[in-house]
Amino acid sequence: MIRDITLGQYYPAGSILHKLDPRVKLLGTMIFLIAVFSYRGIPGLVCITVCLAALIKLSKVPFSYMVKGLRAIVVLLALTCVFNLFLTPGEVVFSFWKVTITKEGINLSFRMVLRLIYLILGTSLMTLTTTPNQLTDGLEQGLKPLNRIHIPVHELAMMMSIALRFIPILIEETDKIMKAQTARGANFDEGGLIQKAKSMVPLLVPLFISAFRRANDLALAMEARCYHGGEGRTKLHPLRYQTRDYVAYVLMLVFLAGVVALRFFSS
Amino acid sequence: MSIELKHIHYVYSAGTAYEKHALDDINLTINDGEFIGIVGHTGSGKSTLIQHMNGLIKASGGELLYDGENIYAKDFSMKELRNRVGLVFQYPEHQLFEATVFEDVCFGPKNQGLSDEEVKARASAALQSVGLSEKYYEQSPFELSGGQKRRVAIAGVLAMEPKMLILDEPTAGLDPKGRDEILDQIQKLHRERGLTIILVSHSMEDVANYVERLIVMDKGSVKYDGTPREVFAHARELEQIGLAAPQVTYLLAQLAEEGFAVDSTAITVEEAKQSILAALHGQNRSEGTTI
Repeated sequence: MIRDITLGQYYPAGSILHKLDPRVKLLGTMIFLIAVFSYRGIPGLVCITVCLAALIKLSKVPFSYMVKGLRAIVVLLALTCVFNLFLTPGEVVFSFWKVTITKEGINLSFRMVLRLIYLILGTSLMTLTTTPNQLTDGLEQGLKPLNRIHIPVHELAMMMSIALRFIPILIEETDKIMKAQTARGANFDEGGLIQKAKSMVPLLVPLFISAFRRANDLALAMEARCYHGGEGRTKLHPLRYQTRDYVAYVLMLVFLAGVVALRFFSS
Repeated sequence: MSIELKHIHYVYSAGTAYEKHALDDINLTINDGEFIGIVGHTGSGKSTLIQHMNGLIKASGGELLYDGENIYAKDFSMKELRNRVGLVFQYPEHQLFEATVFEDVCFGPKNQGLSDEEVKARASAALQSVGLSEKYYEQSPFELSGGQKRRVAIAGVLAMEPKMLILDEPTAGLDPKGRDEILDQIQKLHRERGLTIILVSHSMEDVANYVERLIVMDKGSVKYDGTPREVFAHARELEQIGLAAPQVTYLLAQLAEEGFAVDSTAITVEEAKQSILAALHGQNRSEGTTI
């Protein structure tokens, strides 16, 4: 049941996108987001759509799998659509009682919904093709210059990777404890709000205890292996740019330039 | 009561890159009053199989009959099934949550909707049957030792008075004394109250000592199903799937090879002892007659 969270889970497929350096993908995602929020007019939209479609095709992640991740934001999409549709002033297209729909409203809600969808697809494309470890490695390496102004980049990245690593463990643990308590007759979905909150106690207490126990074990294990933070630490798999990464950087810049140029042409 | 599994299949995360066939066409009948051991390599589907037996996991295909009733039928009460089939998970002490030992054991019977007195009576009976003395009742379960915590957790399931008790590696991580105590108590429950017991284990010695019927799982299907003696006769095949026969069986096989007239199918230390003694006596006597 809880296993079915697809939003942003790594999908092993071994495509060219999976092999790219995580730094490239991080920057690429940022450029894509800038493009999604700065394009204007149909040509820009077409350009972004074509790029996204090509990337999804390249990633070898089934499109249906990506769409499943969108289900999580259906409510948000519906709200955005409704508010923009009814509350934007402008040229009236349709009017009934107090409800009016304007041309600008249709336009805006269409654009906002599309932007949100692209935002989710774009970012989940990154997390689907990058393991959490690669991602934090990329972040650490990419943010290294911040070390000079005394921001503990390595420690932050380590915390992030530990947190990410613990998510599946805790999900599994939750699943196990839930089953164990269900076997003892616990019921997690029936009753009113208070009843439901109460029924969480047999789940949350063991879960917290197990989280602390695991954290404690991990800290001990790290100390036993002489972990002492980032200074002087080397990596088993240091990130090195390959030709394909430079090619990707160039393509990204071309894409950004293209979208920005189209913005000026269409205005 | 009996449980009958017919062509049970189970697939994890169907339709994704993580798809995995955990169970493949399982056919089993578990009769009333049996003491069954399930052994298998890690990932052979043991835990998945036992979770089917009280409906925590729904099979992807096939049917599971409980006293002849299909548990996947719409009007079947899962709650009733779980009252009858108690399941003790691996490391059950991780599920303890109440402030005192006694309250924690009360959790199960309370969920069954029993009266206060009945709940208390069942809780103390359950704690007694796992051999935990009364001085621990008001302590926090988190202050107890590992073996004691585990007994509290097992009592938590026993307090629901199931007809069948399934235990997933109840002795994992315990010292030899704690292990023997828990297994002896389980055996006592089987003998005195006629509980049907299913014991999942990694230890061939444990199952050889206690169970009456042994099921060997490999890659999601049942490889062997018979008495421990029958199953351990396949020592070589068991090794190929990452298991083994009890150590004494190997010892006796070696002795037999060296020319001693021992019974090489013995599986417990006690049987081995008798067999070796008998062989030695026999030898002495034969030597005696030749002189």
